Amino acid sequence: MPVPASVSDTLDLLRRGNYVSDRSLATAVYLALTLGRPLFLEGEAGVGKTELAKVLSETLGRRLIRLQCYEGLDVASAVYEWNYPRQMIEIRLAESGAESRDTVEEEIFTDRFLIKRPLLQALEPDIAGAPVLLIDELDRTDEPFEAYLLEVLSDFQITIPETGTIKAEHPPIVVVTSNRTREIHDALKRRCFYYWIDYPSAERELDILRVKAPGAAAALSREVVAFVQKLRERQDLFKLPGVAETIDWAHALTQLDVLALTPEAINDTLGVLLKYQDDIAKIHGSEAERLLAQVKAELAASP
Amino acid sequence: MEGVQAPSPSGGDGRILENIMYFARTLRAAGLPIGPGKVLSAVEAVRAVGLESRDDFYWTLHAVFVNRRDQQDLFDQAFHIFWRNPKLLERMLGMMLPEVVLPDQQKGEEMNRRLAEALKKPGDGQGKDQEDEVELDAAMTFSEREVLRTMDFEKMSGAEINAAKAAIRRMVLPLADLPTRRFEPNPRGHRTDMRASFRAQLRSGGMIALKRKTRQRRPPPLVIICDISGSMSRYSRLFLHFMHAVTNDRDRVFTFLFGTRLTAITRFLRYKDIDVALDKVTDAVEDWSGGTRIGETLGEFNRKWSRRVLGQGAIVLLITDGLDRDAGIGIGVEMDRLHKSCRRLIWLNPLLRYEGFAPKSLGMRAILPHVDEFKPIHNLESLGELVAALTRPGPRRLEAAAAWREMG
Repeated sequence: MPVPASVSDTLDLLRRGNYVSDRSLATAVYLALTLGRPLFLEGEAGVGKTELAKVLSETLGRRLIRLQCYEGLDVASAVYEWNYPRQMIEIRLAESGAESRDTVEEEIFTDRFLIKRPLLQALEPDIAGAPVLLIDELDRTDEPFEAYLLEVLSDFQITIPETGTIKAEHPPIVVVTSNRTREIHDALKRRCFYYWIDYPSAERELDILRVKAPGAAAALSREVVAFVQKLRERQDLFKLPGVAETIDWAHALTQLDVLALTPEAINDTLGVLLKYQDDIAKIHGSEAERLLAQVKAELAASP
Repeated sequence: MEGVQAPSPSGGDGRILENIMYFARTLRAAGLPIGPGKVLSAVEAVRAVGLESRDDFYWTLHAVFVNRRDQQDLFDQAFHIFWRNPKLLERMLGMMLPEVVLPDQQKGEEMNRRLAEALKKPGDGQGKDQEDEVELDAAMTFSEREVLRTMDFEKMSGAEINAAKAAIRRMVLPLADLPTRRFEPNPRGHRTDMRASFRAQLRSGGMIALKRKTRQRRPPPLVIICDISGSMSRYSRLFLHFMHAVTNDRDRVFTFLFGTRLTAITRFLRYKDIDVALDKVTDAVEDWSGGTRIGETLGEFNRKWSRRVLGQGAIVLLITDGLDRDAGIGIGVEMDRLHKSCRRLIWLNPLLRYEGFAPKSLGMRAILPHVDEFKPIHNLESLGELVAALTRPGPRRLEAAAAWREMG
């Protein structure tokens, strides 16, 4: 499927993939798609950074290639690796046969023995169109890999010393995400379109719940969103709940046949929303009751 | 120009590109890192999106010009002022310029004074033992109210600086290196480097001579959180020199100061010249020699910074005397969180040098259960001991400070 022709089309495209977004994000996505440059998404955990790449791949009908970053990620696991056991066998076979050494050498460094990792896969031509390359949580790698990535993302080509340079005919759609556990170098960001995904407004979050958790009762959804928004205003929580947690919570409550929030229901399912024991201890019990009373009063005041 | 037909937000149709250039220039003057390449991408991006709506125009420029979250506010203000009246913002920036230049001139003078002092013959060894003579009474009192004043580094005498620098020169922190997931060639390594072996064979032919590799090692990140409250003020100057030396000696060092609030000073300490660095720090810190709120400031560190700087197995040096204005409230919880987020937590306390010292104050008792090591830091000798402690891999967590905990 071709890329959308305008910002509005992009917004529709994301909607079709059940991704509720602001027009501002659609603008950044549209720019990345039309101008063929990476999209750099930053934001707290669980605001839908990774999801965006998945939705793009689904709605555009492209292959999704995911590179999960971690500290010490190296070329062998991110780009390519030679299949050494197979090469050894090939050499042994050749030795017992009558092939000359030169031919063997030429043969063992061919595509047959090359294990392609995500970055190399992303440069290969695809019948469905250039794939979506998701480089997830880039902040987890170290600076050397970032520098390497810089080279790949600016030229979309990779050099393998034994065989030569591989260049993408159509550059992939690149989505880079970061949780901002460390600042990514400006040189890399400069090549990308940047967007900070914030926590959504109450209205937007309700939209998201309607799409992502259609099974939840309308009244419950409103209470869930209002409660989560209350939690996000607090300064004393170590990890604030993201949109992913809101959706999970709505699902969990629906599964438990809860139609309206009660203090007991909140206490039983708080682990879905908060992921640190200290945070849970702070909200559990009377604090949850107090927040819920506030939420109910506010919802009653503005129908 | 074929994508652009609608009238531009600034009025004239043909002038939009020119205005983008001026806008970029304005942003650059306001401090955003924007080069000519960015201007070209902005023009390209605006052409791709078109100029039908002001909102889209805003987010198009936003996607190109903004690189970090904290630049958003600046961009937002600049955008709204500029695209209403481009001239206005330029004039405003022009008016601000002299103020921006002023501190630089002052600094030049200051450096000259220091230079003059340096050229004079140094006093006869009178400042040599100065740090050893720090009085207890001055250090044991801490003020009840927040004193917001700026510390004057000019007061530091030449001899004192020399003594401190001598100490710092010895303080090449040899943190025990940690293995990473990467490998490097090493003839005595335990693993076979298949790739290198095959490539070598390709060049030479004949038998495959096995090449070896071993894990690369790398020093862990270092986070220094230093108390600059009134009770610590006799030491903070020396510690700043120490932090400056460490920051410029290695990568991945992050430094924070706290009294009644937390200030990140990593960026300022990266200036190679210690005078420039200290000037920047003095400007940034507002709570020199005031009270101490350990629990609250550590809480702020945990929320805002711990994920960003403790991610890769950092070692934390907490420099404080543990005298807390809030009588230890909230310290326990925050120290626990800090301890769980780092590889090793070392508490450096200048009070520890007194014989028969026992950690009795509420603040100290709250900190102690959560540190891996408890060390004095008050003179050149204790700095040397710290170096030795950091070189060793360190005793197992919790065992190290056990002896002190029993006393406290």
